[in-house]
Amino acid sequence: MPIYSAPDLLPALPEIFLGCSAMALLMVGAFRGEGSTRIVSWLAVAVLVAAIGLVLSVGTERHVALNGMFITDGFAAFMKIFVLIGSAASIVLAMDYNERERIARFEFPVLILLATTGMLMMISAGDLLSLYIGLELQSLALYVVAAFKRDTVESSEAGLKYFVLGALSSGMLLYGCSLIYGFSGTTSFERLAASFAGGDYSIGIIIGIVFVSVGLAFKCSAVPFHMWTPDVYEGAPTPVTAFFSVAPKLAAIALFIRFLIEPFGGLASEWRQIIQFIAVASMLLGAFAAINQRNIKRLMAYSSIGHVGYALIGLAAGTEVGIRGVLIYMAIYVFMNLGTFAVILCMRRDGRMVEAIEDLAGLSKTRPALALALAIFMFSMAGIPPLAGFFSKLYVFLAAIDAGLYPLAVIGVVTSVVGAYYYLRIVKLMYFDEPAVVFDQPIGGEIRTVLIVTAALVLFFFVVPGPLLTSAEAAAAALFAG
Amino acid sequence: MSNSFPILSLTTFLPLVGVLLIFMLPRRDPVLMAQNARWIALWTSLITFVLSLFIWAWFDPATAEFQFLEQAEWLPTFNISYHMGVDGISLFFVLLSTFLTVLCILASWQAIRVRVREYMITFLVLETLMVGMFCALDLIAFYMFFEGVLIPMFLIIGIWGGPRRVYSAFKFFLYTLLGSVLMLLAILAIYYQTGTTDIPTAMAFDFPPGMQKWLFLAFFASFAVKVPMWPVHTWLPDAHVEAPTAGSVILAGVLLKMGGYGFVRFSLPMFPLATAYFTPLIFTLSIIAIIYTSLVALAQEDMKKLIAYSSVAHMGIVTLGIFTVTEEGLQGAVIQMLSHGVVSAALFLIVGVVYDRLHTREIARYGGLADVMPRYAVAFMIFMLASIGLPGTSGFIGEFLVLLGAFQVSTWAAFLATTGSILGAAYMLYLYRRVVFGVVTRAEVKAMLDLSPREILVFAPLVALVLWIGIYPNSFLRPIQPSISNLVERVENAQAAQLDHPPSSRFAGRAARLAGMPRN
Repeated sequence: MPIYSAPDLLPALPEIFLGCSAMALLMVGAFRGEGSTRIVSWLAVAVLVAAIGLVLSVGTERHVALNGMFITDGFAAFMKIFVLIGSAASIVLAMDYNERERIARFEFPVLILLATTGMLMMISAGDLLSLYIGLELQSLALYVVAAFKRDTVESSEAGLKYFVLGALSSGMLLYGCSLIYGFSGTTSFERLAASFAGGDYSIGIIIGIVFVSVGLAFKCSAVPFHMWTPDVYEGAPTPVTAFFSVAPKLAAIALFIRFLIEPFGGLASEWRQIIQFIAVASMLLGAFAAINQRNIKRLMAYSSIGHVGYALIGLAAGTEVGIRGVLIYMAIYVFMNLGTFAVILCMRRDGRMVEAIEDLAGLSKTRPALALALAIFMFSMAGIPPLAGFFSKLYVFLAAIDAGLYPLAVIGVVTSVVGAYYYLRIVKLMYFDEPAVVFDQPIGGEIRTVLIVTAALVLFFFVVPGPLLTSAEAAAAALFAG
Repeated sequence: MSNSFPILSLTTFLPLVGVLLIFMLPRRDPVLMAQNARWIALWTSLITFVLSLFIWAWFDPATAEFQFLEQAEWLPTFNISYHMGVDGISLFFVLLSTFLTVLCILASWQAIRVRVREYMITFLVLETLMVGMFCALDLIAFYMFFEGVLIPMFLIIGIWGGPRRVYSAFKFFLYTLLGSVLMLLAILAIYYQTGTTDIPTAMAFDFPPGMQKWLFLAFFASFAVKVPMWPVHTWLPDAHVEAPTAGSVILAGVLLKMGGYGFVRFSLPMFPLATAYFTPLIFTLSIIAIIYTSLVALAQEDMKKLIAYSSVAHMGIVTLGIFTVTEEGLQGAVIQMLSHGVVSAALFLIVGVVYDRLHTREIARYGGLADVMPRYAVAFMIFMLASIGLPGTSGFIGEFLVLLGAFQVSTWAAFLATTGSILGAAYMLYLYRRVVFGVVTRAEVKAMLDLSPREILVFAPLVALVLWIGIYPNSFLRPIQPSISNLVERVENAQAAQLDHPPSSRFAGRAARLAGMPRN
């Protein structure tokens, strides 16, 4: 019997395509030399868009391939599409920036492609081994891009910090995996789920779950494993920060969901309190620690910690409604965040990036369109209706009420009011204060496109919310059907 | 009346067309652009107002049912629809919103000189949100409009406000946001319990008594801040003082009514048992508001602050009237809200007139305006008397009916509220004496010009309305009456049923749900 036959590989077609394309683009770059960055970047974007098409063609039916290592279903398809959108947008955002900062190298889009391949594998993981391989493929590429601006101390520091702490968390995760394997005798999600059907499990399994959860919480920067986030976000080149705040976070949350729901769904009562604690701690820290930040990238780091907290409310519920909430939350979060980072990339004066929040003062007078876009994103992140961010919060709070997690819901809404303060502070600076710094004109065409698209999506989401909601519903249902 | 014509949606979203037009104005000449923005805003709001008059004209005053119903699928997996409709309670609030928006745009014609384009856009967006809120028949849609109001109001206070505008804008935003997020959780709990967020369905649903108390408190947190009730009223004087004139007008005229409207629309019919339970608390808070804030108003040196505190007192009368749960009290509360919407808006405009001329709101800086501005003094007098509640003005009808209702429920409450009315007369007359009477001593006061034709155009409809409600309130009471009787009946039936069948278990609701309530 062959280990795998041809049809068995079909579900993994997007990942295979991405991997091969990354190699091919590496060749293109190597043969055409340094001048090829823009071509490689656009090709990488094209590859990511093609991968979206492949994900769609693989479909939302549940397939288990590669001897149970690899699962595709509606849930995976949903998450993969948003990861691919996030990666493609990050490459688009980075082009102009990298050229200006003289770090335009063709390796950048290739590394993003490799990281994305890892993320797709994480999302589709059906086994502790494929989980770990996907995670490491992603992480190694991310360590390099964090330090991509290698001439500056900040970027190198960010890369090193991310690497050291990331390696630690990978170690914990691997230790957790080995405990689970040791106490259950299998690494396959399916067989793990079957072995708990009777309701008997040993304490070693629980400890294993805790260790794996620690590793995953680190990857999605949830409190108390968030310490790397502000430093890495601040130090990494801005487009890389944009990428970090979107795609890997999405993949980590997806993996978190699959890991806890599929093999360990039966032990929900055991892990629920861990997730609840992480969610509450993330929301609180995200709300309070961001208040005094002066650097906009640091602010966004804390803001993203808070957002992960809200998303995890849905996971803490552990129900289909809850997972639907997480999916909607993360999908909307992708667009809000990409848009915000597109604005941050426009904060440039005399050819240099400025990152202090105060530099936004009076933006509504000097650059009204940019200020309007950022105001839309800020009100949306604060969760004010009718913007998209309101609906994302609505669905996770609904999940919390649905699961009877009233304290979690109350803490959630109260921290969202605290969080509203620092989002409003940015609006206040832009609209109420006098201009301090005038940013360089003009904005690059790519950034402008990303800005307009994301702002329009966030602003007009309430007009046609149907497509996202129904597909999130279907994706959540797919996870529970499996 | 026509059922197929979506007049409510049209009234709600027409201002957005004006927003779009203003957005598309060419930017070459800033002065011309500002002027064009003003005219577009004025015409848009006028057409919207005329449309809303048609709602009144076609409204059938004989029924308590919701009218002009519109329904469309909105959040598909959530069983939430876009559902619009008005009944006697919401009808006049829609009219009040569209009416005051026109006046606000007129009143800001010259007072606002910077960023005119943005100013007009925020006001038109605000109009959409206000009208939508009073028409929404779905809790999520209602909430969306209700909280969406914060964004334009935050910008109006923060951009065009006075020296402490930033502090006031933040206080306003965060205070009201904290109140309303708790209501959001309550709305989700209602959804969880009933399987829908449709307001008519929820109004007829009997929530288990224990749950009612919690839901009531969550809604109360939101509406009490909005009304505002003592002791959560402190954002109001700040916001009023710092907001530009038109911002204060909308704030006092419509935004405060959102709280009162919320109590009548949601708290009473959905939580009748909790209403009975919490009535003493609300009576106490209302009476403290009436007496305490009247005393505070007496001591104010700033005209806007004085009127702001008087607003808190008048809204205390409103909450008192609502929670008497009598026909008189509720009708009085609704009329009092309309009257206060007109009168306080007018008083803020009155302050705005002299502020535009002298750029101060300090009472001591004025005096003897009757000599220099006779027409102004007359307009001021009419609104001042209406605020006091002199018979023949709108203020009297509302206050009288509320006191009538209160007297049936608690003579003490009625007695203390009447004391508040006396204090109200004291501070308003005192204000009027200091500003209008006396001898002109200051040169800059002597140089002040009387009302311009544009300003007369603003005040004339307000005066007419104050006298109309005061002399022939029946045109307004007739459409309100069926909805109010229906509401009182609903609350009394629910409370009577509770007396007949005391709750067997506080888990009754959960049992009902397990028995197959629809939910996702």
